[in-house]
Amino acid sequence: MKRIRKLILAGLSLIGAALLLSGCGQLLLFNPKGPIGEAERFVIFAAIALMLLVVIPVAIMNVWFPWRYRAARSGDAYAPKWNNSLKIEVVVWLVPAIIVTILGILVWETTHRLDPYKPIETGVPPVRIEAVSLDWKWLFIYPELNIAVVNQLVFPAKVPLSFRLTSASVMTSFFIPQLGSQIYAMGGMQTQLNLLADEPGTYAGQNQQYSGLGYSGMNFKAIATSREEFDAWVQKVRQSPEVLDLTRYERLETPSEKDPVTLFSSVDPGLFDTILVKHGMPMKMNSTDLKSEPQRMHMHPNPSEKN
Amino acid sequence: MFGKLSLSAVPYHDLIVMGAVAGSILLGVVILGLVTYFRLWKPLWTEWLTSVDHKKIGIMYIVLALVMMLRGISDAIMMRAQQAMAAGMSHGYLPPDHFNQIFSAHGTIMIIFVAMPFIVGLMNIVIPLQIGARDVAFPYLNAVSFWLTAAGAALVMVSLGVGEFSTAGWSGYAPLTEKQFSPGTGVDYWMWAFQISGAGSLLTSINFLVTIIKMRAPGMTLMRMPIFVWSALCTAVLMVLSFPVLTAALGMLTMDRYLGMHFFSNTLGGNMMLYANLFWIWGHPEVYIVILPAFGIYSEVVATFSGKPLFGYTSMVYATAAIMVLSFSVWVHHFFTMGASANVNIFFGISTMIIAVPTGVKIFNWLFTMYRGRIRFATPMYWTAAFIATFAVGGMAGILLAAPASDYVLHNSLFLIAHFHNMLIPGALFSYLAGFTYWFPKAMGFKLNEKWGRRAFFGWLVGFYLSFIPLYILGIMGMPRRMAHYDNLAWHPFLIVAAVGAAVITLGVASQLIQLLVSIKERRAARDLTGDPWGGRTLEWAIASPPPVYNFAQLPSVHEIDAFADMKEKGTAYQRPERYTDIHMPKNTGAGFINGVLAFAFGFAMVWYIWWLAILSALGMIVIMIVRAGDDHRHYTVTAAEVARIETQRYQQLAAARGAA
Repeated sequence: MKRIRKLILAGLSLIGAALLLSGCGQLLLFNPKGPIGEAERFVIFAAIALMLLVVIPVAIMNVWFPWRYRAARSGDAYAPKWNNSLKIEVVVWLVPAIIVTILGILVWETTHRLDPYKPIETGVPPVRIEAVSLDWKWLFIYPELNIAVVNQLVFPAKVPLSFRLTSASVMTSFFIPQLGSQIYAMGGMQTQLNLLADEPGTYAGQNQQYSGLGYSGMNFKAIATSREEFDAWVQKVRQSPEVLDLTRYERLETPSEKDPVTLFSSVDPGLFDTILVKHGMPMKMNSTDLKSEPQRMHMHPNPSEKN
Repeated sequence: MFGKLSLSAVPYHDLIVMGAVAGSILLGVVILGLVTYFRLWKPLWTEWLTSVDHKKIGIMYIVLALVMMLRGISDAIMMRAQQAMAAGMSHGYLPPDHFNQIFSAHGTIMIIFVAMPFIVGLMNIVIPLQIGARDVAFPYLNAVSFWLTAAGAALVMVSLGVGEFSTAGWSGYAPLTEKQFSPGTGVDYWMWAFQISGAGSLLTSINFLVTIIKMRAPGMTLMRMPIFVWSALCTAVLMVLSFPVLTAALGMLTMDRYLGMHFFSNTLGGNMMLYANLFWIWGHPEVYIVILPAFGIYSEVVATFSGKPLFGYTSMVYATAAIMVLSFSVWVHHFFTMGASANVNIFFGISTMIIAVPTGVKIFNWLFTMYRGRIRFATPMYWTAAFIATFAVGGMAGILLAAPASDYVLHNSLFLIAHFHNMLIPGALFSYLAGFTYWFPKAMGFKLNEKWGRRAFFGWLVGFYLSFIPLYILGIMGMPRRMAHYDNLAWHPFLIVAAVGAAVITLGVASQLIQLLVSIKERRAARDLTGDPWGGRTLEWAIASPPPVYNFAQLPSVHEIDAFADMKEKGTAYQRPERYTDIHMPKNTGAGFINGVLAFAFGFAMVWYIWWLAILSALGMIVIMIVRAGDDHRHYTVTAAEVARIETQRYQQLAAARGAA
């Protein structure tokens, strides 16, 4: 037993040392910088607390019973026929059922409240961003500002962000861990996501869904700034000599890895919808429909439903 | 003539791959050499490769699982080593393409060619014995199933040296698996290995469904079946219902890749999420296919070693059946983040959580089986005791992934990897190793070495925690799965700890191998002469170890849940019948093996576009089926005199053993 205890201690200290080395601030999901991430952290903590009500007794019994009733010590307590007890059965069915019911209510409430498609109400109009996942880089289009950036996302803090996402290649998942909720980007389909950063800062952004050869490098910096800094940054982008027209976009579609941050001072209007159609969205659907309806991932809206 | 296949398909330039290939070939040559040297070709063919005996097929399944487990674990070690190295400036020793093949192979192998054959092997050995039957319902079909599984495994192994394996992950999400994005042969190897072994699994499930429903001994009503039989029955139902969905999904992917269709492509009306749905409609029940029988094993082990009947048998049956039904209503929790509406996600989130209720009940039932027991700590009980709380922790992580709101941040992170390994290693693998140790004397006639068994256990347990606790933390730190390289240096220390954990697991695996060698060497001393080495409670312990070919000279009659414990108590155990009768047994046939060879040839031909070979081997399989169906001499008779001779020997042995004790 001593050797085992030593082994366990060694293991624990290894994990502890690793934690110390990297610091608890690195636990990004427990260190959110926006309301969505905060609410999701609450769900994690609440669910863990509820489940510990069952898991702790299980762990105790798991150690106590084998120890207490081992052959050498079992003695008179041995009940070779004892195999049912209505009381225990009622408890072991009911207690988990009650906990799951409470968890169910928590799921119902938080899933509605944290629906990624639900706009974040702050009274401030949101910044609209169209995110396109390419092999293996991210293109962010700011349709209202008519600018675009590759592999960097800059936005004002305390202002809601409203994303539309699609992919020009395989499926990926857009994720900024400290802001919360990820969502898939899929070719020929659009998804939506709403996020908000509480404070300025530079956050890690990444593709969370394996997408082939260049997947590991498909990350970007998500930089939340003050309003003034953001306006200044927009001015800087507008100075860029690069323009994102269809020809330039075609070049972007060529698979490449670890592309440098590239700024585009203007974008072909409707580029996002052009990409959607090019990668599978049926032609029948025109772009005004895309923008006005809060579409789910539907690809083939029935034309008769339009009226 | 050879389709796309040419000598350039062999990756000569890749030293790591060629090393693995050379190692595999060398091992193969050594084994073939030994077989030749000891003149074992004839017995190998007549007694094993052509066997339709469920016990031998079971053993072959487990040998396949153990061999493939070594491959799967080598992949795991390579991945852990890569991620422990590839931080920041260092890119590790594996190029991304190779790393991607390794994690795709690791998942495919561990689920399809380790977990499945391991559990099907245990079911093969144990189920007919536990229900008091002489074989499965369709012994020849059983051989076909095994050889199809082996053919699939062979395809995966061949992909190592000829061509490449898939780089699209074990789940093979479209459109990455479409020709446009994966033009090589890797996805085809993956697809055909899955497809061929999937056909084998489907046939197995039909076989066990019929066996359990139709072939139980007189008196064994459904509610007197051992829990392992119940869990196997539920698993068979899951397999019958879910594998056709996989077959169809892979069939559509085949048409996309070979005929230019557009089921899952981005364009022309294809929809990748259709693939994701179909895959997980199979994939989620698949998790329960490998874990329900594991629960069954724990139930058997905990009752036997606590010296008590299982607590709450009826609860356990209903809990198992409830999990079976519910497992079909949860698949969307694998992609909550696809943008479905809140209500869709809530439905699948809550139905996933409901599974925690019957699972929780099971955990308490195992605990209360130990309560007021007289617990003997042989190796199988170590695995079981360690499983319970470890599994509860994994279940907790599972609930976090089942709640859509928390899944939005945890999805596809290393937290997910930690969770499902926490389910599949302590949940499934520990039970298989417990079952392996528990039933080994029954199948082979001698017990495994306890000392090395315990070492293997501690290696696995400590290694498991060291490998996967860091992965939980890394998930919270926001690290995605499947990264060949990363720039965030804060992740590095945890990945080093995880690599140390993998090394400790390797020590456990090594102990397992040493245990096997030591036990074989000391087999005379560890012989099981009574047939009941553990004080068992179910019918398999009533007969000799290893059992005679016909299992039961006279079919037992059952009056209680723990039939053999009941017999021992009433003093009716080991009673000899007044006279023996002739027993008809199925004859061995090479048709199953040839079927497997042809299935392999078919898969290989399809991968490389060698159309003539594909057509010939497909025709060959059909012809064999027809010829076999027309064969009227499929049985032979073990005469009453022969049965009496074998049984007399068994009873002499038994009397000697009991006298000695």
